[in-house]
Amino acid sequence: MIHTALLVAFTLVGLAVAFAFWRLLHGPSAPDRILALDTLYVNTIALLVLLGIHLDSNIYFEAALLIALMGFVGTVALCKYLLRGDIIE
Amino acid sequence: MNRRLFPHPWLTITLALVWVLLVNALNPGTVILGLLLGWAIPLFTLRFWPEPVPVRRPLTLLRFLAVVLTDILIANFIVATLILRGPKPLKPAFVRLPLDLKSELAISLLANTICLTPGTVSAELSPAHDHLLVHSLNTDDPDALVRTIKQRYEAPLKEVFEP
Amino acid sequence: MDLLIAFLIVTGAAFMFIGSLGLVRLKDFYTRLHGPTKATTLGVGAILIASATHFSNQQAGISVHEILVTIFLFITAPVSAHLMSKAALHLKLHSLAPPPVIGKDDRHS
Repeated sequence: MIHTALLVAFTLVGLAVAFAFWRLLHGPSAPDRILALDTLYVNTIALLVLLGIHLDSNIYFEAALLIALMGFVGTVALCKYLLRGDIIE
Repeated sequence: MNRRLFPHPWLTITLALVWVLLVNALNPGTVILGLLLGWAIPLFTLRFWPEPVPVRRPLTLLRFLAVVLTDILIANFIVATLILRGPKPLKPAFVRLPLDLKSELAISLLANTICLTPGTVSAELSPAHDHLLVHSLNTDDPDALVRTIKQRYEAPLKEVFEP
Repeated sequence: MDLLIAFLIVTGAAFMFIGSLGLVRLKDFYTRLHGPTKATTLGVGAILIASATHFSNQQAGISVHEILVTIFLFITAPVSAHLMSKAALHLKLHSLAPPPVIGKDDRHS
């Protein structure tokens, strides 16, 4: 039951990663690419958690937490750069 | 409760809770260490939040949270159907939302709530803090949207955080 | 219990898929912003709750630290959405909606 659900979920989230990647490469503007990166990291968290369920292992949670933290800081820093042309003022 | 020793009681409780969640175990040692961290961190970072955070009506806040959570669920189904129907019938619009709130915490909470609920993203706060620019994914009646946001989200926040 | 977990996993994955589909399909930046910030956040939330339920079901104790990631994502998603739309407004990106009239009182320093 869970196995089938995981298979479906891996396919869907994999496609979602592909879409985000397409937007990352295609642009056309800088905020679009930031949005694509943002989506990409959230998708990656989902993939990691799904992998954790699949392998029955709890250790992927720490990686997911770290990606969430770093991804948010990265998005904020990139937006700040676009807004001010500088990150640390 | 001593103001000097416990500058932010709510932050203390939140930090202790986060620590227990992070360790993923509920035993006396974890709780004591969590409370210790929750006491020490606000004390050493006091310079970042000098003002105390007043929470006047905790029950209203809880009810507000429940409303927001259900709205997030509904909003997601709405946005999902809109995306699946394609870009053609969408009517996006920028809406100006006049603010009644004064405190910065309440305004930022309102902006966050708007971002999470029915097809709207808050885009910019005017420098005078009296207007919020909101982008809506699909709207026919901007005035109705403003009215909904004001009475559904702004009124309870005002009640909780402002006298 | 298995049914609930499977349901949460598939719903979450479907929401993530739809959110990213919005990223590809919609025509301007501001409408594209809506898909990832809402649908994707809820999707990952559903998957994380499924994971918490699964591990609580499996092991002796309960496993709740996934809730932490969920809360964190729900707090940060609107902040990054706000910042991105602010950056887009700053760069005056093409918009399907009539862009707001930015008077001098609205200009950010």
